[in-house]
Amino acid sequence: MDIFAPLQSAADWLAYSILSLQRGTMLGDTINFFVYESVKIVLLLLVINYIMAVIRHYLPIEKIRDFLQSRKWYGVDHLLAAGFGAITPFCSCSSIPLFVGFLGAGIPIGVTFSFLITSPLVNEAAIALFIGLFGLKITAFYIVAGVLIGVVGGLVLGRVNIKKHISSDILEMSKSAKTSGPNVPRDVFSRDLLVTWWNEGFTLTKKLLPYVLVGVGLGAAIHGFVPQNFFAQTLSSGAWWTVPLAAIVAVPLYSNAVAVIPIMQALVGVGVPFGTALAFMMATVGLSLPEALILKKAMSFKLLVAYFGVVTVGIIIIGYLFNLVMGSVNVIG
Amino acid sequence: MKTIQIEVVGTGCATCQRLHEITQRVAAEIGPEAVVTYVANQDGMRRLLALGLMQSPALVVNDKVAMIGFNPSTEKIKALILENV
Repeated sequence: MDIFAPLQSAADWLAYSILSLQRGTMLGDTINFFVYESVKIVLLLLVINYIMAVIRHYLPIEKIRDFLQSRKWYGVDHLLAAGFGAITPFCSCSSIPLFVGFLGAGIPIGVTFSFLITSPLVNEAAIALFIGLFGLKITAFYIVAGVLIGVVGGLVLGRVNIKKHISSDILEMSKSAKTSGPNVPRDVFSRDLLVTWWNEGFTLTKKLLPYVLVGVGLGAAIHGFVPQNFFAQTLSSGAWWTVPLAAIVAVPLYSNAVAVIPIMQALVGVGVPFGTALAFMMATVGLSLPEALILKKAMSFKLLVAYFGVVTVGIIIIGYLFNLVMGSVNVIG
Repeated sequence: MKTIQIEVVGTGCATCQRLHEITQRVAAEIGPEAVVTYVANQDGMRRLLALGLMQSPALVVNDKVAMIGFNPSTEKIKALILENV
C-alpha cells in the first residue's frame, strides 16, 4: 500500500478541482507532480532530519573518534568510518578540524578518508529524497554503493605517505590536539530534548526548502515537457562513455543533494539510464570545488587530485554496475 | 561582579559568524559582565583542537565547552551560558 496515496488525492484535488486544470494536459500534470513531490519530500525531510538530530545527540563526532581509536580494527574501521560518515551530518567547514582531530587521535589516514568520502555522498537529505522518489530498495542499494566507495577509496588513499602529502602545519597541529572528548554534559533524555530535536530538524528542513522547490520544479518541468524516451537513443545503456562523461561533467558542478536528486529522477523518467543519472548526481554532491579549496589547506595538490580521482573512478564503477544490473528496468512506478 | 568570558570558536565559516552574532545579542541581554570574543580561522582551529573538539563552531564559557555545533535559539544559548558560569 502506498502511504502517500492521500497526498496524491490532495494534489489531484488541488490541480484538477481547485485550479481546474485538465487531467492529462502538460500543465495540469506538471503542477500536480510538483505539488505531490515537493510536499512528499518535505514530509520525509522532517522525519529524517528529526531522526538525525537524535543520532547527533547521542553520537557526536568526538565519540566516534574515541570509539575508532580505542582498539585495533584490522580494516573493519574503514567500514565503521564510512558508516559513521553516512549517519553523521557534517558541514564542510568542519572538514579540517575533523581531519586534524582524527589524525591527532592516531586514526589511520585511510580511515579518515573513508569518513570524508562517504559523508557528503550519503547523507540524511539524500536518503529522504531517494526514499521519496525511488523507494526503499533502491535507497538501500544507494547507501551500500556510497559506503563501498568510501571504504575502497579510503583503503587506496591510506597508502599515501603522510609526511610528504599532508601539510606540516596540519601535522604540527594534530600533535597538540587533545584526543579525548570534552565532557559536555548531555541530558540522557528529557522532554525538552524532544522539542530541541524537532526544532533542529525543522530549522534544517526550512533551510533545504528552497533547494527542494527548485529541484522538484526543474524535475517537474523535465517530467512534463520533455517527451518520454527523449534521451533513450543517445544515452542508452549501450553507450559506454555516457557514465564517465556524466561523472566528469558533474565534478565542477556543486549543488545540494536536495536539488539534484529530483532532477536526476526526472532525467531517468525521460530515458537517461539510472546508473548514468546516478553517477551525475553522486559526482555533483560528493565532489566539489569549494570542498577542494578547503582540503587544499590540509594536503598536497597531488593527494587532492588522487582523492578526487579515486572517488570519480568509484562513482563511474557504481554507475556501470547500476546500469548493468537494472538494465532498462523502469524504476519509477 | 565577575566577568563571564564567552568564546565563540570556529573555523570562520558562515555558521560560526551567525553564532557569534546571536551570542553577542545574548550577552547584551545578560549584562555588561558578559564578554564575548570571537576566535576564528587559524586561531579558532587551534583552540578547537586544544579543547578536543572536531566540529565548528563551539561555544565556550569560562574555559568550559558549553555547546558544540550550531543552535539558533537565543534562549537556549542564554541558558547554556548561565548554566556554565
